[in-house]
Amino acid sequence: MTGTPTPPLVMDFRGVGLTYPGPPPVAALKPCRLAVARGEYLTVVGPSGSGKSTFLNIAGLLDAPTEGQYFLDGIDTATLSDADRTGLRGRRIGFVFQSFHLLPHRSAVENVMLAMVYNSTTRRGRTERAREALERVGLAHRADALPTRLSGGERQRVAIARALVARPSLLLCDEPTGNLDTATAGSILELLDELHADGMTLVVITHDPEVAVRGRRTVTIRDGVLSEQVRSA
Amino acid sequence: MRTSLIGRRRDAGRNSGADRSRLALRDLLSESAAGVLQRPARSALTALGTVLGVGTFVAVLGLTATTSSQIDSRFNALTATEVTVEDTGGAQPEFLANAFPADADRRVERLHGVRRAGVYWPVRLGPEDLVRSAPPGVGGAQGERTAVVAASPGVLDAADPVLSQGRTFDAYHDRRAESVAVIGAGLADRLGVTTLETAPAVFVGDRAFTVIGIVADVERRADLLQSVVVPRTTAERIWGGPRSGERAKMLIATELGAARQIASGVALALDPAHPEYFKVVPPPDPRSLRATVTSDLDQLFMLLAAICLVIGAVGIANTTLVAVLERTGEIGLRRALGARGRHITVQFLAESGALGALGGLVGTSLGTVTVVAMAVVRDWTPVIHPVTVLAAPVVGLVTGVVAGLYPAWRASRIQPAEALRR
Ligand SMILES: Nc1ncnc2c1ncn2[C@@H]1O[C@H](COP(=O)(O)OP(=O)(O)OP(=O)(O)O)[C@@H](O)[C@H]1O
Ligand SMILES: [Mg+2]
Repeated sequence: MTGTPTPPLVMDFRGVGLTYPGPPPVAALKPCRLAVARGEYLTVVGPSGSGKSTFLNIAGLLDAPTEGQYFLDGIDTATLSDADRTGLRGRRIGFVFQSFHLLPHRSAVENVMLAMVYNSTTRRGRTERAREALERVGLAHRADALPTRLSGGERQRVAIARALVARPSLLLCDEPTGNLDTATAGSILELLDELHADGMTLVVITHDPEVAVRGRRTVTIRDGVLSEQVRSA
Repeated sequence: MRTSLIGRRRDAGRNSGADRSRLALRDLLSESAAGVLQRPARSALTALGTVLGVGTFVAVLGLTATTSSQIDSRFNALTATEVTVEDTGGAQPEFLANAFPADADRRVERLHGVRRAGVYWPVRLGPEDLVRSAPPGVGGAQGERTAVVAASPGVLDAADPVLSQGRTFDAYHDRRAESVAVIGAGLADRLGVTTLETAPAVFVGDRAFTVIGIVADVERRADLLQSVVVPRTTAERIWGGPRSGERAKMLIATELGAARQIASGVALALDPAHPEYFKVVPPPDPRSLRATVTSDLDQLFMLLAAICLVIGAVGIANTTLVAVLERTGEIGLRRALGARGRHITVQFLAESGALGALGGLVGTSLGTVTVVAMAVVRDWTPVIHPVTVLAAPVVGLVTGVVAGLYPAWRASRIQPAEALRR
């Protein structure tokens, strides 16, 4: 065998599905296969209620699938205890939410530092790491501002810095531009492009086709059924 | 090694690749301190109930301790060995100037357990009867208005005097109604009496009294130090007996433990036919005194303190519960960042505990200030047991933690996926 070695899989769904018990039971995600290799940029699109957030919750270990196996960095997450899954989440997954989820009484840098509280990061150097992460997203000059004094785009940058600071294997973004105007959204998408260029593995969930096309791969969810379009060149 | 409060490191050999989340003690403390300090006004109001409860608790205990120690210090051996007899003169005192018989001292001193006893009364002086060191008009001595006390020989002895010079008068002076006087050291200073060797005299009006003793201090009847004390026979000879309104009293010094016994028999010994002429003041019973201090009122206040604490706990519980609901998003975020349910629990417990402890500390200070203020107003020594001061903030802390149990449990039950949906 020759050629470039295939990069290891970060996310590997093998027949993963989730049915909310109800009543009535809702098959929010039908069993599906999906593999995301390190450094890939995947977008997930679908109309409202199609199962995008369900997909994100499983991928982010916030919810356990009712069917199939999910390997994260080669670890079978189904065999893990709740505590171990939580630990894995804190170390290997960075979340970016539509509504930012910043703590209003803490400065940008303190919000970023929150991502290092639970995953055994030594206290020393946390501030420096947080400032570096803010610099990475272009917000070094606003590090000490409270979120209430930041624009929407700046808030989302803080949230991205928080997601990056623990050096996760996977960055999961749920509608990262949903609360932003077009111009600001464009700058956030550029930032995501840069992160991708730096080798970060990205999964971005959106209902916006404009955003979806930024991904190198796009999968569509419709009524819980996940399907991948093969792009023409 | 950092302090790891929660979560053990998995064995290195375990093939999970997953390290459990942990929350270092310092992180827990700084996270919960931030939670409390970020809303200072709300935290202060929340802690108010605990402040009141713990404050009342400290104040009641402190005031009780202060009062009992005051009683203990006042009720020493001296008061326990002192009986005072007042002359009421019976039903018609205007016809009986002095109910004490002439041999009152001897009659009482015959009783078992009596050390010394004596009769005394204040002498009523005319406006011209100033006390001087020289006769009026001689040497221009100004003279001062000073009390003159007529006393039988036993009075000065019963008062346990410390003489700086000379002696007290005795039965001989009393029998002969000698013009002698014993004066206090302060008065002697003011009158310029420095030595008794020259047999100096003091003048009350134009009457001279030879000073035979200067008293530096007495254990009882401190007013004697500011008086000219003369034998009662002398006083009777010059000014007559006690007047109505300024009736005679008897001071009895007893052996330890004999006072109550003597108090019950002294009136009969003084006048077997008319014991009703005398009102006997026995020393106070320390047990009954202390009993009145730790009274029902005290228990009422303790109950009040307990109610305040319960209200404080309910206040903290309520605010923490509201905070949990308000901060659902934050809880979801923390879970997404790797917090386990128990990390959320301990954080909210620490926050409510901190509120309780804060209320406890402020309450302890306020309670202490109250006790000190009350003591100062009454000229007492404030006493608060160290145990009270140490225990009170802990009571606040426990109140806060107990109040936080339910909200913290609720917080840990919030599912991260649900919490992040908002
Ligand atoms: N906890 C739950 N219990 C039962 N059904 C649920 C639950 N959460 C979601 N669903 C259902 O599962 C389906 C998929 O929901 P999901 O939130 O994943 O949609 P979505 O694609 O994220 O929608 P949107 O774009 O509006 O956010 C919906 O029909 C929804 O009603
Ligand atoms: Mg959604």
